[in-house]
Amino acid sequence: MQIFTCPFCGPRSETEFHFVGDFPKPRPDGMAKVSAETWSDYLHNQNNPKGAASELWMHMACHEIFRMDRHTVTHEVTGSYALSSEAQS
Amino acid sequence: MTAYRVATGGLVDRSKTIRFTFDGKTVEAVEGDTIASALLASGVSIVARSFKYHRPRGVWGAGVEEPNAIVDVSGPVSLTNARATTVLARNGMIVCSVNAAPTAVSDRNAFIDRFARFIPAAFYYKTFMFPTWSLFEPSIRKMAGLGTIVPEGAAVPAADQVNVGCDVLVVGAGPAGLLAALRAAETGCKVILCDDGFAVGGSLLHRSCSIDGMDGRSWADETVARLHALGASVLTRTTAFGIYDHGLVALSQLDAVNGRDRLWRVRPGKVILATGAIERSLPFANNDRPGVMLAEAGLAYLKRYGVAPGRKVVVATNNSVGKATADELSALGISVTLVDSRNGSEIATVNGAKHVESVTLSDGSTITCDAVLVSGGFTPTLHLYCQAKGKLTWDETLQTFVAGAPVPGISVAGAAAACFDIALVVDSVRLALSQCEIDAGNTPASALSLPAFDISPAWPKAGQSGRVWIDLQNDVTAKDIELAARENFVSVEHLKRYTTLGMATDQGKTSNLAGIALMASLTDRSIPEVGTTTYRPPFTPVPFTSLSGARQETMLNPPRRLALEEVHRVMGARLMEYGGWIRPSHYGEGPMEEAAQREALAARESVAIFDGSPLGKIEVVGPQAAELLDFVFYNSMSSLKPGRCRYGLILSESGLVYDDGVVIRVDENRFIVSCSSSHVAGVHTMLESWRQDRFSTDKVFIHNATTAYATVTLSGPKSKAVLEAAGLVIDDATLAHMTTSEVSLGDLAVRVTRVSFTGDRSYEVSVRADQAERLWQLLSESGKPFGIAPIGMEALLILRAEKGYIVIGKDTDGTTLPMDLGMNGPLKSKRVEFSGNRSLLTAEATRPDRPNFIGLEVMDDGGPFAPGAHGIEMTEGRLRSLGYITSSYHSPTLNKPIALALIERGYSRIGDIIEVQHLGARRRARICAPCVFDPEGDRLNG
Repeated sequence: MQIFTCPFCGPRSETEFHFVGDFPKPRPDGMAKVSAETWSDYLHNQNNPKGAASELWMHMACHEIFRMDRHTVTHEVTGSYALSSEAQS
Repeated sequence: MTAYRVATGGLVDRSKTIRFTFDGKTVEAVEGDTIASALLASGVSIVARSFKYHRPRGVWGAGVEEPNAIVDVSGPVSLTNARATTVLARNGMIVCSVNAAPTAVSDRNAFIDRFARFIPAAFYYKTFMFPTWSLFEPSIRKMAGLGTIVPEGAAVPAADQVNVGCDVLVVGAGPAGLLAALRAAETGCKVILCDDGFAVGGSLLHRSCSIDGMDGRSWADETVARLHALGASVLTRTTAFGIYDHGLVALSQLDAVNGRDRLWRVRPGKVILATGAIERSLPFANNDRPGVMLAEAGLAYLKRYGVAPGRKVVVATNNSVGKATADELSALGISVTLVDSRNGSEIATVNGAKHVESVTLSDGSTITCDAVLVSGGFTPTLHLYCQAKGKLTWDETLQTFVAGAPVPGISVAGAAAACFDIALVVDSVRLALSQCEIDAGNTPASALSLPAFDISPAWPKAGQSGRVWIDLQNDVTAKDIELAARENFVSVEHLKRYTTLGMATDQGKTSNLAGIALMASLTDRSIPEVGTTTYRPPFTPVPFTSLSGARQETMLNPPRRLALEEVHRVMGARLMEYGGWIRPSHYGEGPMEEAAQREALAARESVAIFDGSPLGKIEVVGPQAAELLDFVFYNSMSSLKPGRCRYGLILSESGLVYDDGVVIRVDENRFIVSCSSSHVAGVHTMLESWRQDRFSTDKVFIHNATTAYATVTLSGPKSKAVLEAAGLVIDDATLAHMTTSEVSLGDLAVRVTRVSFTGDRSYEVSVRADQAERLWQLLSESGKPFGIAPIGMEALLILRAEKGYIVIGKDTDGTTLPMDLGMNGPLKSKRVEFSGNRSLLTAEATRPDRPNFIGLEVMDDGGPFAPGAHGIEMTEGRLRSLGYITSSYHSPTLNKPIALALIERGYSRIGDIIEVQHLGARRRARICAPCVFDPEGDRLNG
């Protein structure tokens, strides 16, 4: 089991975490102004890099979403960062 | 001529006799014997039949590397496919050979060996195909496998699981491991030392040597005492079976406490692998006969168990340690003839059908013997190093793979570091400790000065005559490897899978390298060019119970329980699991169907009481609460007035209906979101995700209060009267349908919400969970004069179906969009972004032939339709599904069957008659509106 570090609760077992998606993952607002291709890309495509990745994870114990940078091949975790609400949108 | 117990010696307690049976015959053993040593001591030579050819097999090794002596055990313990070399003999054990019937000695399938040439490696890819493989598969499958699982066997106690950190984990308590652990502990490190044997000592238990002026065993005992005094943990019967990400090492300890196994999850600062080396065989014809054994094992049986391998023993070797083993056996009085390939002397074949009778050398001469001990070299046990992505390198001088570049945090010592002589162990431990940045301190003197390890290659050759065994457990011979090479399965991973070399329960511990070496010579490559297959945990089998720990039976998926569960039991409820909760399905004896009909009628006629506690109650609070709910819900919630409730759908970003529920607005900045009881965690997570993504986290907060409150629902024409009798002053003006209020019921503070899932006048009364029983009793008592009846889930499902109300996941599936349910308003009128909005504009969402949620009338006397039955239509001569029935019941209110379904274009086909098919039978149905009872909704205020 890997160890992930929640910026608020500290190092915990990976089983306490839920993968949310790529970081960042801006939502295409605009309803009809958003093309079908853009919306489909938002719904279905992930970056899935081999190597360094920036991801959004949720710590289920405290429900906070944070950014975690990790290496998808070696599984090394290079950083955990809290997100502020100002950083979004 | 077989093995026998010598007069004196061994570490066993000869004063304590043990009796067990093997294949029905009584075997006498002494305390400390393994099943294998006891069988050898009793002269049992054939302990098994080989996997494919049913050849007689004897004990091969003395430990986990054993490929032959696999047994099933019952009696005081229940084991399947156990290695006889690693199970202690106990009184009353019933031990059976595997893959043999009736016994290993006389096996009715022994004739198969005569047809061996028709069943070489990979025969099942080429034969038994005509007319169809499935004709032969059952019998071939029956013959595959080894032991038998007895379902009624002794229950295995649940295993412990512990998590622990330490500074240094030392794997293996032989001379190198003991020394490394001692030094580390002396420098103040927190040390865990583990060994898979019954006692510590490793090779010290059977090799003569002197350390610090003491014999090896005494030094081992004293070292353990010193380790304990220094606070180190010393674990026996404990295998470090895997290294995982982020430095996790998993240990499997058998019989840790009171017969319970224990799984250790260790995060060590450093790991020292002192895991030893495993001896290899030599290639000669019939090298699988009972009586052929690994040389080191032969010495171990004599020194540890007082069992001699035979009376006239041949030791065949190609290396200096093999010779040293021969010398030690000789010194202990065993008659030994050395056949050393370094002197040009090699065995060509073993003679004897059921046991070794003699060997013929390559020069033609014959030696009469009853045991052949083989030593073809040593392979360091580096599985954990390789699992941690260490790369092996080939050492030509030592003729074996050794650890290559160091892996951070892991070092290797002793025979695992290819120091095959005890004299060199001390130096290798110093090196390993320095790699861990631990001061090696004073090292003990070892009195043995041996010549450097010397070995001459003795790998299998192409075209060797006779049947030369490479993998004993899977019956793989040199000819099978030649076959693989001929058919171009030359990569090491293909070699493994095509021949099954190394795939048995011993994972090729004594056989892999010989197969790789043969493939190398067949394909003109060096051994390192062929390489090894990927190393994966576990090193040896781990009991499933160790991996599941406490998570078994009722703890596997713990259901959630109602605060009122005991009350329901006393009332005669039948409890079943719904959405992860244990809830009443119905009350009273008798079949569920009848009870559900009776309860539903009672609910419509007077008043029902129902436990609705699992329904979600998620509080959304703050100045941006309304904005958040406008985004999360399909329907607008900001326009909801304080004190009122509104039904809504939650969509996923794909536009799919994820959940439905009623939102209560308590006041300007406070909402309570209700959601399906099975989706509470999901909705909570969804609310949190959007809150953190799109809103100011200091302006809106989420709190899941579902289990903080219990909810008792009253439904029916007499529900208002019951509440009034309970002391509530309410009237429809102040508490209209779809409104909420906080009131006192006696001294109970409750929230009363008028909302209905049955279509009748209905009140949901919520109270703090610890006061649930008082509320239930109060309402039950108050309801007695009105004939109040408890109803369970089954009755509720019927009542809501009569009104055409959906149940998420039953009347919706993974493709259902809000327009399929007839909810189009928000899409047209909503001005703000909401979850899933853009998905509702796609071609798929606007398809005119989408499924619509409608009702179906039954047009015959056949009773309710089967849920899941499909509406069908013939199009261009082919049968096509129009959709399917999602809910179907007999309605006691209407006294006829009713059904709900998702049918293509249903809204434009009201009144049409369609065919419905189930298991080949067809019936007719008329499409109607989903609500078949009180469509005006008068009964909400009735």
